[in-house]
Amino acid sequence: MTDRTQSPVGASASTGTAPRYWTTRRRDQLAAYLFITPQLIGTIVFVLIPLGLVGWYSLHEWNVLADTFDFVGGENYQALLDDPKLPGVLAATGIFSVGLVILNLGLALLLAVLLNQKLRGTIVFRTIFFSPVVVSLVAWTIVWNFLLQDNGGINGLLDAIGIAGPNWLRGEGTAMAAVVVVQVIKNVGLNMVLFLAALQGVPADLYEAAKMDGASRWRQFRAITVPMISPTILLTSIITVVGALQVFAQIAVLTQGGPGTSTTVLVYYLYQQAFQFHHFGYGATLSVLLFGIVLLLTVVQWQMRRKWVFHES
Amino acid sequence: MTLHRGMRLAAVALAGLIGLAACGSEKAADSGPVSLRVTVWTANEAHLKLFNSIADEYKKTHSNVTEIKFDPIPFESYTTTLTTQIAGGNGPDLAWLLENSAPDFVSSGALVPLDDTLAKADGYNVADLSPSATKLWQTGGKLYAYPFSTSPFGIFVNTDLLKAAGQKTPAELIAAGQWDWTGAYAAAAAVKAKTGKAGLVVRDFDYKGWDNLASIWTGWGAQAWSADGKTCGFAAPEMVDAMTTLHKAIFTDKALPGPGTAADFFTGEAGMTITQISRASLLKDAKFGWDLVPLPAGPKGKYAVIGQAGIGALKKGKHAAEAADFLAFFTRPDNSAKLAAYFPPPRQSQLTAETLAKTNPLLKPEQLQTVVIDGIATGVVKPSHSGQAEISQAVRAALDPLWKADADVKGVLDGVCSAINPLLAK
Repeated sequence: MTDRTQSPVGASASTGTAPRYWTTRRRDQLAAYLFITPQLIGTIVFVLIPLGLVGWYSLHEWNVLADTFDFVGGENYQALLDDPKLPGVLAATGIFSVGLVILNLGLALLLAVLLNQKLRGTIVFRTIFFSPVVVSLVAWTIVWNFLLQDNGGINGLLDAIGIAGPNWLRGEGTAMAAVVVVQVIKNVGLNMVLFLAALQGVPADLYEAAKMDGASRWRQFRAITVPMISPTILLTSIITVVGALQVFAQIAVLTQGGPGTSTTVLVYYLYQQAFQFHHFGYGATLSVLLFGIVLLLTVVQWQMRRKWVFHES
Repeated sequence: MTLHRGMRLAAVALAGLIGLAACGSEKAADSGPVSLRVTVWTANEAHLKLFNSIADEYKKTHSNVTEIKFDPIPFESYTTTLTTQIAGGNGPDLAWLLENSAPDFVSSGALVPLDDTLAKADGYNVADLSPSATKLWQTGGKLYAYPFSTSPFGIFVNTDLLKAAGQKTPAELIAAGQWDWTGAYAAAAAVKAKTGKAGLVVRDFDYKGWDNLASIWTGWGAQAWSADGKTCGFAAPEMVDAMTTLHKAIFTDKALPGPGTAADFFTGEAGMTITQISRASLLKDAKFGWDLVPLPAGPKGKYAVIGQAGIGALKKGKHAAEAADFLAFFTRPDNSAKLAAYFPPPRQSQLTAETLAKTNPLLKPEQLQTVVIDGIATGVVKPSHSGQAEISQAVRAALDPLWKADADVKGVLDGVCSAINPLLAK
């Protein structure tokens, strides 16, 4: 068997001929570079350069109409600290994110556990719950906009059973709840499928042993199911938190940040500042803030995995 | 080849690629075939057919212009999309501009001054342009956009619904000298009470587009801010009176559909709607009797409110000179007369019931006279201010508490002024 890591220098020394440049090792290295080049170029052009540009723009005041681009140093960051609307925006972002993560993960896990049973019709229900995931987000939100009107479908149904529904998208409390629920129904199927896959990977003999020891179903869930699927819980919690912080279309279509500013979340505020008010420099500064928040939350979740994520090793 | 050498090579190659891309994004020289792009908010087939026919005629005598493309952008996001295109280096050569963004575009230097080009155009007759129509689009004595559409607000009436509610039609009230807001709100409330349909819909308001309410509060002598744009007008007694009356009409009398309630006049779901005459085309196949009447008189008497759109050539466009030249052709007297089919022109000579009737078959000469011609002569333009988008958002958020049955009208309007005073002072 040929030693693929054999030194070409050694080979030439033994034969007394000039060393070959294209050795197996070098060919492997070239192949590796060629394979990663498209991905590398994509990452540099579409991720790293835009990221750098956002940082650069955040140090400037850019008036698109007047065609001026002036360096202002840290002024936009000072404006960020002085912005009286920002605490409300961050609070709305926090309320939306916490509500979405708790409802989405809780409901997805519940549905996954229920639909993991060997009963008739589970495949139909899995399809029903997953189908909103593949529907266009904007189309989905527009339909819900009609359903949530004061004289819309939801209140029509409530009226049929004698309940006077609220004006969902006009009340400060109900507007945020409505946006969260619309988003949960849209995406719960994705996490449900991930949990289902994880549940089906839990060895059946663990449950059999637990049953023999007289463990209740709740105890089995707590002591076996949750630890065994904890890597998937970590994954879904990270992608759901990041997704929650990026919510935009639902706000733009359903509430436009209102009533008042009760549903003005960070990405929508960023969009308003940059694209509606033409404060592109300040919008870029808000993007840097969002990037920092996402990075921080992801690192914290990743570090916390050591405490609660179960690894067989 | 070491890893470091490989990475250096990759970096050099990438820098070359980016350099090439940057070169490719440089402006093309103003020579050779010219392709013009015009952003418009309408995607209406009849509108675009007319635009294209005028563009085809222009291309016959300007062989260097090979293409004139009208690029529709949705109305709701029109200005945002336009400025994003400009920021991305993909701005149009000519742009249709709405009145609420006029101060920003006109004062920023983004547009080509048109005076010289229009003065040189054969038979253009710049003096024919109405001074009241061009006012918003001028600064420093120069015209930066042509007021392409100057369209007064009127009220479309479903006469069948009003009769079913036992109400006199507005035409009868006008004849009796009784067409005012008290009667209009009462008729709208009766429609709701007796037919179950909506009474009066302020189109494009939806409890967010508050500037459309200027079509109501102007009747009380109220204004969003002073003429110099420095003083907030929302807390003034006239505005408080206008909004108090409106609030009662919405929440007590149910004359207007409440927040979150959709109703479309043009499908027969409402007794009346406030909008501009360009919407008349939606009544082509109407299954109900309808009329178009001027806005009712307010406590301060008769009045009119105008919505405007201008068309300007962008300085940053690749072919600014050619764009301005096409603008002059597009809006010269004969083409202005054709465009009057949909967009009331700013040319005083064409503002006659006879001229407009030729191109507006759905509207009667007396409707064109009272709503359009008289409206343009006496009307005030909807509120506009530099930095309007930010002000508009602040007003929308501060007005939201007003749209509840138990709102403190004066308190809310004071809050609006608190919210926008810092922005007006900029």
